[in-house]
This record gives sequence, C-alpha cells and structure tokens, in this order.
Amino acid sequence: MAAIFANIDLAFLITALVKIVGFTFMMILPLVTVCVYLERRFSAVIQDRVGPNRVGIPLTLFGFKKDLQILGIGGLFQAAADGVKFILKEDFTPRSVNTFYYWLAPCLTVVPALLTCAVLPFGSELDLSLFGVVQPVKAVIADLSVGPLYTFAIASLGVYGIVLAGWSSNSKYPFLGGVRSSAQMISYEISLGLSIIPVFMVFGEMNLSKITSFQDLNGWLILPLWGEGLSVGRWVLWIPMMFSFIIFTVAMFAETNRLPFDLAECETELVGGYHTEYSSMKFALFFMGEYAAMIIGSGMAVTLFLGGWSIPFGPVLTSLTGFQFHHVAGSTPLLLGLVHIGVFLAKVLCFIMFFILIRWSLPRFRFDQLMKFGWLFMFEAALLNVLLTAVLMIWFPLK
Amino acid sequence: MPPLLFYLFVLITLGFGLNVVIARNPVTSALSLAVSFVGLASLFLSLDAYFIGVLQVLVYAGAVMVLFLFIIMLMDIKSEEAGGRANMAAIIAGVVVAGILSVQVATISGKLPFSDKSTETAALKLAEAGAQWEAKGKENLPTISRDLKAGELPDAKLMGETLFSKYAFHLQVVGLLLLVSTVGVVALSKRDNKEASSQS
Repeated sequence: MAAIFANIDLAFLITALVKIVGFTFMMILPLVTVCVYLERRFSAVIQDRVGPNRVGIPLTLFGFKKDLQILGIGGLFQAAADGVKFILKEDFTPRSVNTFYYWLAPCLTVVPALLTCAVLPFGSELDLSLFGVVQPVKAVIADLSVGPLYTFAIASLGVYGIVLAGWSSNSKYPFLGGVRSSAQMISYEISLGLSIIPVFMVFGEMNLSKITSFQDLNGWLILPLWGEGLSVGRWVLWIPMMFSFIIFTVAMFAETNRLPFDLAECETELVGGYHTEYSSMKFALFFMGEYAAMIIGSGMAVTLFLGGWSIPFGPVLTSLTGFQFHHVAGSTPLLLGLVHIGVFLAKVLCFIMFFILIRWSLPRFRFDQLMKFGWLFMFEAALLNVLLTAVLMIWFPLK
Repeated sequence: MPPLLFYLFVLITLGFGLNVVIARNPVTSALSLAVSFVGLASLFLSLDAYFIGVLQVLVYAGAVMVLFLFIIMLMDIKSEEAGGRANMAAIIAGVVVAGILSVQVATISGKLPFSDKSTETAALKLAEAGAQWEAKGKENLPTISRDLKAGELPDAKLMGETLFSKYAFHLQVVGLLLLVSTVGVVALSKRDNKEASSQS
C-alpha cells in the first residue's frame, strides 16, 4: 500500500483538486446562472420588454422595508429564485417510463458537459510562491497534448443523455426530439471536427495552452495585429482561419442545440422535445447541461480563435508601459495571472452574449433544411477549407 | 498510472464487455459496449497514447455506438426482452473464435522485440529521440523535435508522420475502400427508395 502512495505527488494532487473544484464548480456552474439571467435580460432588451428587474434577496420576508438588490442591479437574484423553484417542484416520474434510463439520462447530459472543461486553459499560470508552492501552477486542469479532441470526444458522449431521455420517456414527442437531436449532433460533429483541422495545421500543435501562449505573443488567430502576426503569411492564412471560425461557430450552435438549430426541443412542434416528461431538478439538469455546453463551447472558440486568456496587444503594451502584460513561462506575477483569468471570463461572457443575440434574432430552421445545410454545405465547406489551408501553407509554412 | 487504476479499468472494460453479451435489453447491450470502449480508451491513456485513446471515445463510443443505439431505438425491442433459448451453435462458435484470437495475440506479443521489457526497465528516452529526429534532416518536422526535447511525447504528431510517410499508400487504399463502400451504401438505399415508390 505504501508503495502505491509513494508514487503520488501530493502537491500535484492538491492543486489539481483545487483547479477542478475552482474552475468547474466555482466558475462554470455560477456562469450558468449568469447565463440564465443574461438570456432573460438581453432577450427583454431585444424585444423591447423590461425583463426580470425586481428579484433581490427577499429581506421583506423578514420584516425589512426593501429587498436587497445585489450591486444595485435589479433582478440578479432571479437565477437563484429559479433554482429554488426547480428544487421545490414535485419530482414526478410517469409510470410508463423505463425508470433506470429515465434517471440516468439527465446525469449523462450534465456530467460530460462539465467534464469537457478539463483541457480549457482558463488563465496563464498562477505564481503561488507566497503559499509555498515552488513551481508556478498552470491554470488548466489537464494539460493534454490532444486538447480540443478530448473535448469533442467527451461532448460526443453527451448525445447519449438526450437519446436516452427521448427513448426512456416512452412517449411520442420526447422520442421525436431524441431522434432529431442525435441525427443533428452526429451530422454537425463532422463539420465541427473538420473546421478546426486548419487551425491545428497553422499552429502545428493541438495543446491548447501552447496555442494560447503563441497567440498571446503573436496576435490572435483571427486578429493577428502584433508580434509575428504582422507577417504576410499570417494575413494570407487569415482567410481560411476566418472560414474556420465561421464554420466552427455555426456547428457549435448546432451541437449545443441552440436556436436556430434547436429542433430537438422546438416548443411549437414537440411540446418540449426530449425533456417533455421531466420535471423538477431532473429538468433543471438538462437545462444546466445545455448551458454548460454553451459556456465550454464559447470557451473553446475563444481559446482557439480569440487568444484565450491573453490580453490584446499584450507584448506591445509591455514594451510601451514597462509593466508586464504578456505571459512569460515561469515569471508571471500572481496579479497578472489573476487578470488573465478575468480576461478569459470576460471574453467567454462576450461570446455567450453573441449566442444569446443570435437566439433572439433568427428564426428556427426546418429539419430537412437543417440536415441539408449540414451535409451539403457545412461539410463540404469545412473539407475545402482544409484543402485551401494546405495549399496556402506550401508557400507559407509553419515555423 | 498506479496499478490499482489499471485493474479498475480492466474490470470496467471486461465487465461491461460481458454485459453486452448477457444483457437481455438491446439498449443495455449497446450502452455497455460504449462503456467498455471508454474503459479501453482509459487503458490507452495509461500507455501515454492519448491520441488513440481519445479517438477511441470520439469515433466508437461517441459516433458508432450512438448510431447503433439510434437503430435499436427505432426497432421494437419487446420481443427481444422476453428472451428465448440460447443458441448453442452460436455460443460454441463464439468461444472458439475468442480462443483463436487470444492464441494469436499471445504468439505475436511473445515474438515482439520488446516483449521482455517493461516500463520500468525501458524508460522512454525522449531527449535522445529528439536529437535523432533533428538529425533526420529534410523530412524532420520542427514541432516533433521541439516536443521531444521538451520531454513530451508528441503521440498524435508521430502517428500522423508515420501514417502519411511510411504508410501513405496503405492509407490511400483504405480511403478508397471507404469511398467505395460509401458510394455502395448510397446506391443501395437509392434503389430501395425507387422500388418502394414504384410499388406504392
């Protein structure tokens, strides 16, 4: 037994645990509630409504004059109120369902969605020498050499949750939703995977930390404005990278079942789609899984194309002001590390706002249009883009 | 990876593999197979073969098995669940095939040049390999030697390099085979459609 424990690096284990808890449960899950709030407020702005603007901490229940509004912004407590509502609702299981799979399905949606965040670098590195940790801690849970592929692999397991929810409910609308969703996700997974092959070709690298460090020094992939990014090669390759970004984003919308691709749960045709028969916290788990997938999808898009945690013009700012704004391996101050985490979150939030903006401004596709678009346009475009990048890279090879 | 985890994943792989065969419900069988694939993928990860491990999950557990499940769900599985008598001939054939396969694996793995070495006695010499790689000259890829020198195993890059240089022809043949089968499937399903429409 002692031999087993002798091999385990305790400092590594503790930092890994802190990172898992910190990133997954302290950042992504609260972001889900922030997303719900943003979705409601932003949709209200788009539709010229007010939206939830009064919910605060209900101090009036305890005899106070006014509810406490967090930060003075009304309605921030709405998401928490929604959560409490979900927990307090009756957890009803219809008699006709296949109970084991009916219970398994919500878990199979949330767990993969949360697992996928393991390879996302949410910051550069944290210099914890104050607390006695000698090596600076990398702000990524698992620094894998296969990065995005891991995320896609785990995300593709998320289909099981939806398929099983549709099947085990033993009812027509959920079944149709499940069938639609699995067909859609498999179709768009192909263009999603193909769309980032040009990115790997340009970087010569699949490790997300290295990809982000490179973008920090040499300009973001679709915004190469400093460092080596100002070379002709990067700007010629900017064209296929932009195609990649567009295809990736569209496929990401389809993968996360968001409008205009939310055929799996479109209310007007299928009541609620695959989660029609679910209630209470089980329904909330589907919701959480969907939003977590959206957040991590945004995180992936930001990391690959928009420089991840890097501050725009970091090296330029460093040479102009004398303060350090870009990441240097091994000598990044703690404060800068924290700023990098903040920058990453800010970028992800902006991308989520884009998700929400699209949802409330575009109508839904018809299912045959969706499949036709996926197979006859997206797939070919992604494939041609790989070819275009390869041809361009004959003249502008990677360093 | 601690041996404890190895045994855990072996147990998952084999246990759920067995469940594929003995489960009455086809959906359970299909899902067990998917879990078994995930267990197998973790065994690949323990061998530092991250790329193959991830592909195992991405392709088999994530795409192929979902399609299986898709088909099973569309069929009526009530008759299957009721169960029937075991098919003796099929069981015997299965056992014989499994036996032949294990004998084959045993003979081949016994003859490999590194069959007497273990991870303790033959550690990976990445820096050395990096220097060798750089000495290769023209065909060397800068990212591979950089990774090797930094003490990382660039498994995906090495695999790609081998596939597209040493086995380039084989890869083309496999690609052609897949293309032919795709065209065949489309042709078959097209003809069915026409017959169905002419009958109705």
